[in-house]
Amino acid sequence: MTSVLTQPRPIRLKGRSFLALSLSPELPFADWLARLDDLASRSTGFFMRRPVVLDIAGLDVDRAQLRDLVEQLGVRHVRIMGIEGARPSLLDSSLPPAMTDGRTTSDIEAPVAAEQAAADNAAVGKSVAASPPPPARSVPSLVVTEPVRSGQSLIFIEGDVTIVGSVASGAEIVAGGSIHVYGTLRGRALAGTMGNSSARIFCRKMEAELVAIDGYYKAAEDLDPGLRGKAVQFWLEGDTFKFGSLA
Amino acid sequence: MGKVIVVTSGKGGVGKTTSSAALGAALAHDGAKVVVVDFDVGLRNLDLIMGAERRVVYDLVNVIQGEAKLTQALIRDKRLETLYLLPASQTRDKDNLTAEGVEKVINALKSVFDWVICDSPAGIERGATLAMRHADIAIVVTNPEVSSVRDSDRIIGLLDSKTVKAESGERMEKHLLLTRYDPARAERGDMLKVDDVLEILSIPLLGIIPESMDVLRASNLGTPVTLADQRSVPSVAYFQAARRLNGEDIPMIIPGEKRGFFGKMFGRKAA
Repeated sequence: MTSVLTQPRPIRLKGRSFLALSLSPELPFADWLARLDDLASRSTGFFMRRPVVLDIAGLDVDRAQLRDLVEQLGVRHVRIMGIEGARPSLLDSSLPPAMTDGRTTSDIEAPVAAEQAAADNAAVGKSVAASPPPPARSVPSLVVTEPVRSGQSLIFIEGDVTIVGSVASGAEIVAGGSIHVYGTLRGRALAGTMGNSSARIFCRKMEAELVAIDGYYKAAEDLDPGLRGKAVQFWLEGDTFKFGSLA
Repeated sequence: MGKVIVVTSGKGGVGKTTSSAALGAALAHDGAKVVVVDFDVGLRNLDLIMGAERRVVYDLVNVIQGEAKLTQALIRDKRLETLYLLPASQTRDKDNLTAEGVEKVINALKSVFDWVICDSPAGIERGATLAMRHADIAIVVTNPEVSSVRDSDRIIGLLDSKTVKAESGERMEKHLLLTRYDPARAERGDMLKVDDVLEILSIPLLGIIPESMDVLRASNLGTPVTLADQRSVPSVAYFQAARRLNGEDIPMIIPGEKRGFFGKMFGRKAA
């Protein structure tokens, strides 16, 4: 049987990162759960509606133990969205999916400490209130002054990437903001990957294998052959990929 | 303390072993004490190119595993008494190389020799990464064609990240050796031109070795081309590359091009 494609519009897939709490249980789980209950009793609903990732790196547990722990946490309204640090063989479809490449942000303070900190702040409330409001956060940027070599993947989701040099065939630049290449762009450039459709790609000499903005992409074959070797910029207008000369 | 050179490329068949032997012989011919180390465990070739295949008793793996002393495994060249070979094992594989073992051998060699030339296997796996690990200088051997250039680019990235020098925040000294260069084909556009390769790889040029029957003939005779016929075109190119390694400033010659063009190539340094 053949299915007819009535919708010619492509499915859009985008990478996106979110902040989640990471819980690191310790063995034996019964003791650890007791300590967790103690924490929860002082702050009801601390875990409610928060995405939680279970970090079991270094723990020697089997699948039954892990499943039991996830259930126990579920009873306590701690919903596990993913498991980090588990052997691939340990996880099956009955368990949350594996998560990798997590990055640490500032520690989230446990409720007790948070209350204490609030009290401290109240004590010095006057001086805090007197300080001027922090300036608006500037958009970070990354400047690379060396060529990006084949096989290297430069990922900077926080903002713009500027490369003073060339990007080799087989190299990849992934930026949350715009990408500027002051050399030849021979590899791939993926700008605005965190959902920023106003990001652009600029290069002094266009030989790219692939360019993408906010999930929309064009492979070299789909690009106007007249662009090769030129100074070009790419941007999005609605759903359409636009390009223009930079000369 | 001697200097450690890795001769590497990523891609196979571009001339790493031929260049290791030729440069080693050229440096030794000029009086330096040189050892060429074959890192291609399991697929050794350097002994053949250097004509020492019938004298191999112990090898690099034996030394690393403590089955032989370094002095037992080193083979002295019959033509040049300051040239030595440390052969690879043909019966083992690259898993027999350990990081600590390689470090010990390299340190021992560099306390005795002026130059330790590590002939890397192709690829980017264990053998290749261990060969480059302790190098002070890298010679990236590249043919003027796109796949070789891209593989070399990948290797340069690894040289800048996976070596002891890179990890301690220093810069690895890298040189490009363009081999199997055919001026007629480059002129016709069948082959990348020197400038194209330099533009992509952006590392300084050490030498250009022309495609030549002399190289093939010398390899089959088991003689490094720089010992076979010192006046042949590839031999002269290798000798000049060796002198540039020693810090001499010698104008670059593109094989087969007219003299007028040489001036442009003088003192070329890539960005």
